[in-house]
Amino acid sequence: MAHFTKATSVHDWVNQRLGIDTVRRVMATEYWIPKNINFLWAMGMVLAITFALLLVSGIFLLMYYQPNIHTAFDSVNYTIMREVEFGWLWRHIHGVAASVVFLVIYIHMFTGIYYGSYKKGREMIWISGMLLFVTFSAEAFSGYMLPWGQMSYWAGMVITNIFSLGGLHANGLVEWIRGDYVPAQAFLDRFFMLHVLLLPLAIIGLIGLHFGTLRIPHVNNQDGEEIDFEAEAKKYKSGNKAGSKVIAFANDFMSKDMFVVSIFLIFFFYLVFYHYDFAMDPVNFDPADGLKTPTHIYPEWYFLWSYEILRPFSTNVGLMAFGFAQVIFFLLPFLDKSPNAVPANRRGLFAVWFWAMLIDMIVLTAMGKVPPIEPYGTVGFFAALTFIGLWIVLPIITKLEKKA
Amino acid sequence: MKELFILAIVTVFTLVTYYLVEPFAHSKMHKHVESEKFVYADLPALTKTGDAARGKDLVMGAGACTGCHSIKVASVPAPMDPVATAQTYGVDTPDLSNAGVIYDPKFLAALIKNPAHALMLEHKYNESTGKVHPMAQFYGAGGDIDQEVADMVAYLQSIAVKKEELTPKMAFETACGRCHAMKYEKWTQIGEKPKFKHKKDELAFDIQVLTYQDALTKYMGKLPPDLSMYIRSRGEHYLSTFVEDPQNLLEGTAMPRVGVTAEAAEKVIEHLADSGDTKRVERAEVGKNVMFFLIIFAIFAYLWKRSVWRDLH
Repeated sequence: MAHFTKATSVHDWVNQRLGIDTVRRVMATEYWIPKNINFLWAMGMVLAITFALLLVSGIFLLMYYQPNIHTAFDSVNYTIMREVEFGWLWRHIHGVAASVVFLVIYIHMFTGIYYGSYKKGREMIWISGMLLFVTFSAEAFSGYMLPWGQMSYWAGMVITNIFSLGGLHANGLVEWIRGDYVPAQAFLDRFFMLHVLLLPLAIIGLIGLHFGTLRIPHVNNQDGEEIDFEAEAKKYKSGNKAGSKVIAFANDFMSKDMFVVSIFLIFFFYLVFYHYDFAMDPVNFDPADGLKTPTHIYPEWYFLWSYEILRPFSTNVGLMAFGFAQVIFFLLPFLDKSPNAVPANRRGLFAVWFWAMLIDMIVLTAMGKVPPIEPYGTVGFFAALTFIGLWIVLPIITKLEKKA
Repeated sequence: MKELFILAIVTVFTLVTYYLVEPFAHSKMHKHVESEKFVYADLPALTKTGDAARGKDLVMGAGACTGCHSIKVASVPAPMDPVATAQTYGVDTPDLSNAGVIYDPKFLAALIKNPAHALMLEHKYNESTGKVHPMAQFYGAGGDIDQEVADMVAYLQSIAVKKEELTPKMAFETACGRCHAMKYEKWTQIGEKPKFKHKKDELAFDIQVLTYQDALTKYMGKLPPDLSMYIRSRGEHYLSTFVEDPQNLLEGTAMPRVGVTAEAAEKVIEHLADSGDTKRVERAEVGKNVMFFLIIFAIFAYLWKRSVWRDLH
């Protein structure tokens, strides 16, 4: 056992037992961050805040939500929206945050791709981030089922149908997932559990892992510069803050983080109070009806690009393309053969690749929502082919890249 | 400066994506229907000035309106209760107390003369289907039929509440409430569901509602939907243009053209908002305060950042 002395203060008492000064030093005051990073690096903090908003609002919603196919819709739309004080606020925060969190995740991801933050020792940062993305996707999908509206029901039907695996006719698998032949009580119960317990727990664990992956390789920076963190930290600690290339996480970068967060919150609460409907599909305000198919069935906007990779092909080819889209981002650090961890604009063809990928995903997103009529079917088909093609050429163009 | 440039790029891509998945996609998914401003241009204009006193005789006359319709303000009771009426005609007949303020006079006149035409249900009630609309057509009482109809309309207008006194609830109940329930407002097709002391009485009421709904389902082809959440699932514009002319948005539907005035339509929509978006006033109020707080917060966050970074540059 360690040696304990009589505490001189509450702080000292806790410090002797928990080492809070050490924790503070390691996590905040001597956690070194490169100085030349722009506001896009604050997206991590923005995501953490959004996740906190989701968690807290979710807990309040959980107090009144009823996971029962007969009462779920009314518990959300009547009890929470009308009877519970500020229930509407919690619900709109939850609904808007569920959508906005994906916008920020995509910005975060494309920032990582643009600045090459997945390369050379930072692969684990990228992979743990992608795991978070996938878990967030499952979390969003399971949550979308809960209000038991028309789109909840039919999106649930369509997405679980994917598990019949086309030509393999794995029908038993679909029923096993649903617990019934169609989405019904068993389906709602298990998605409720996934949404409120297992997946949030997994997300919290993965956030811990994602933070952990930053420790050794450190955060990348705007110029892709190799920084000797120890030497620069010494400079900082000796008082040469202006000359050092690194700053402390707290309060230095934290103050910038918080400013970005404050701007984000203005945007976020503007949506909550004045434009909440952008995140809530009107169709989902009709109660689920297994006998009435909606005219158009489509997922929420953040899944549209991968949905559109599935849609323009025949069943089996579509499923393979869809499977490809789900895993390919994980492999990015290994498909990019270039040694350069610098911004895309200094990497020649890769810059073209980056913008082409971004635009292609926006086109896929748009085509995934519109009805499958011409010319959208054809545009979607070529956009899906482009997506696959871009990943095939990535190793080739990055192999040709000269050392920057 | 560079950061503002990056922010601009992020914003542009976000807005383009938003535009494509919201306004653009929705314009491709739903046919846009322009409001006709509730003028009912296809119906003939009223050429005669009505006389309420003569209209009263016609409305009250033997075998005329009061044979089926109640007029509560004139102490005319309904000949049958709503459930029996629905079992006879398919749907309860409306009380005419406020018809004069809720419905457009042109529409009322056309309705009296030819219900299937005014209600835009000629696809359902015509010679080839052999069906006749349950409301009997008025063939005139012997004089000038246009004058007689104008008199009846004038009478209905004279007994109705004033425009300003028409509440959203009254407009909804008269115009929509005999076919559509609204459970979040405790409204059933046979009226507001009261609070019952005994379960037995409640069940008796529920059986009445179900019996009514059975008759209505047979009459309409399907049970008309509960409208509690329609303000959110359909939106104001859709609802207003749908009420104006249901055939425009849903060709062949059994829902009649309701024939409400522009003001009554607004009241109906207000009532729908009262059910589906009850907290809209509170939301705007709280929203203002939160936005104000966040702007102050952002200013302080900026000042903090400046003070911390003064040493870092």
